[in-house]
Amino acid sequence: MVMKSIKFSQFSTPAAATEGAEPSSCPGQRSRTARRKWQVFPGRNRFYCNGRIMMARQTGVFYLTLVLILLTSGLFFTFDCPFLASNLTPAIPVVGGVLFFFVMGMLFRASFSDPGVLPRATPDEAADLERQIDSSGCSRPPPRTREVLINGQTVKLKYCFTCKIFRPPRASHCSLCDNCVERFDHHCPWVGNCVGRRNYRFFYLFIVSLSFFTIFIFAFVITHVILRSNRTGFLSALKDSPVVVCFFSVWSIVGLSGFHTYLISSNQTTNEDIKGSWSTKRSKDNYNPYSYGNILTNCCAALCGPLPPSLIDRRGLIRSDTPQTTSQSNGTSGKTNSSNLCSLSQCDQDQCLQSTKFVLQAAATPLLHSDPVVLAPLPGKTTTLGGPCAYLAPTQQSLPSCGGDVLTMRDAAADSHCHHHLHHHHHHHHHHLVSPEETPCTTPQGALPCPAHLHLHPQPHPPVPSPATLYDPASQDALHEDSVRGLVKLSSV
Amino acid sequence: MAETHSLQDMRQQAAIAAKVFLQRDYTNGTVCQFQTKFPSELETRIDKQQFEETVRTLNNLYAEAEKLGSQSYIEGCLACLTAYTIFLCMETHYEKVLKKIAKYIQEQNDKIYAPRGLLLTDPIERGLRVIEVTIFEDRSLTR
Repeated sequence: MVMKSIKFSQFSTPAAATEGAEPSSCPGQRSRTARRKWQVFPGRNRFYCNGRIMMARQTGVFYLTLVLILLTSGLFFTFDCPFLASNLTPAIPVVGGVLFFFVMGMLFRASFSDPGVLPRATPDEAADLERQIDSSGCSRPPPRTREVLINGQTVKLKYCFTCKIFRPPRASHCSLCDNCVERFDHHCPWVGNCVGRRNYRFFYLFIVSLSFFTIFIFAFVITHVILRSNRTGFLSALKDSPVVVCFFSVWSIVGLSGFHTYLISSNQTTNEDIKGSWSTKRSKDNYNPYSYGNILTNCCAALCGPLPPSLIDRRGLIRSDTPQTTSQSNGTSGKTNSSNLCSLSQCDQDQCLQSTKFVLQAAATPLLHSDPVVLAPLPGKTTTLGGPCAYLAPTQQSLPSCGGDVLTMRDAAADSHCHHHLHHHHHHHHHHLVSPEETPCTTPQGALPCPAHLHLHPQPHPPVPSPATLYDPASQDALHEDSVRGLVKLSSV
Repeated sequence: MAETHSLQDMRQQAAIAAKVFLQRDYTNGTVCQFQTKFPSELETRIDKQQFEETVRTLNNLYAEAEKLGSQSYIEGCLACLTAYTIFLCMETHYEKVLKKIAKYIQEQNDKIYAPRGLLLTDPIERGLRVIEVTIFEDRSLTR
């Protein structure tokens, strides 16, 4: 029953990461009852009702959503409906009730269902893939991308270091839930879950019905106030009927529905739209290979298409011959300890810190006597980076400031390890959309630098022997990418 | 998924020599299709035509599961109107096809693959990522 107990703020040792992950290590009293697969699920999810309900780790904002909806509806039904039912028509509370139940039903369905999580690779699969990757090409580091021609467009499939698979097209790794999700749209804190292939239609129906519901409430509250003010005067009417719906929240929900309607009609995900994957700005003959051509088919496919079943079988019983996923068998995979460290998601913070430290050290090397390097405008300094960061030099010219597109970084074939830092500290309280790994800085609120990183290492250390030698090639290029990402983040300060 | 008693016996008796993984084929987009390329490790064990026939049938079955046709639209609209409570009583079309696939794989294993010392694992048990073919050691070669 022990899910991940590692918190984001803990820079704990990876030794703690293996607790609760192995069924064989559970205490004697559990060995008689067979365990279910959700109890050993490697992602950062929470399960309730013996595995029937699946949510993200942070559910605080979801409870806020619930409270807001219940409060608003409660006030409406208590204070406005009696007046409206008797003076206008009793159909108003009935329609309101139907809408309310539909909204709640869709919310629960979107929040509690599996968004389309891809189970992690079994050790045999991972080993087979590793063999294929290492044997193809002799470049160092080995390529972690595969190119596929879909409908005339070249799509890059990236290798996920955490899940040890090549991600299918349109899938993405959610750093908050630590899972690869099919047709990843975004991680929605309001719903308390990722929005992906299996629950996108519920999410869409939720926001659309919620828009209708809030407009409905808003309209009838206004009607109530007007009708009452005819009898008793405006201010007195306002006193009797509390204005419950905030004008701005109505418009933000309506706006979000409109945005998702656009996405559905063009068969894009929020992730793709934010990155501009299929926009003609990238290249003239760039188009969306998944679109069916016309709006109606796209809408029907998204909303009425077949609902795929969950791939993770969370309520299944663990059989002794069921292959355990790689996160549990790291100890037996024969890799070195340090590579284990890097492949476990719990040490991502460590790796991020290390790479930032790395970058800072490299930056500090030629500039030992100048003022704090971290705050200097980086583009000007990049050409002077030497030492372990020499490999970064070719990419310097293409590094824009973080406010714009991080094009070269985005195409790097590695997971984000740093983004949950950003996400956790900043995004939860900001805009609804939390885009996954590849877009560290393109949130609607603008570039969010990572001050947490900067504050942690005020003192540049003397040049350190390249820590890259401690890691095997698989995580080395992840380290490289993270260092570069760290660099990009610093440039946005 | 269900494996016959004889297969389980075989698994316990025979040692696993190797495992071959057939990856997904994404050239048609995100629909579930597997590569039909014949793996070299199986050359000595099974006829290429037969193997490709199995994989092609599986691909067709998966395509049928994800097909966008009038039936799936009707099911989708009906489900939406009943606020998806209808799935408490009946299975989705996809689940029905998955059951068909499981039966097909079991049948193929019994008839064709087990006698050759091979075992196909249902892709749903591997998250629809791969078709895993387990090659058992050749203790008694019966062809």
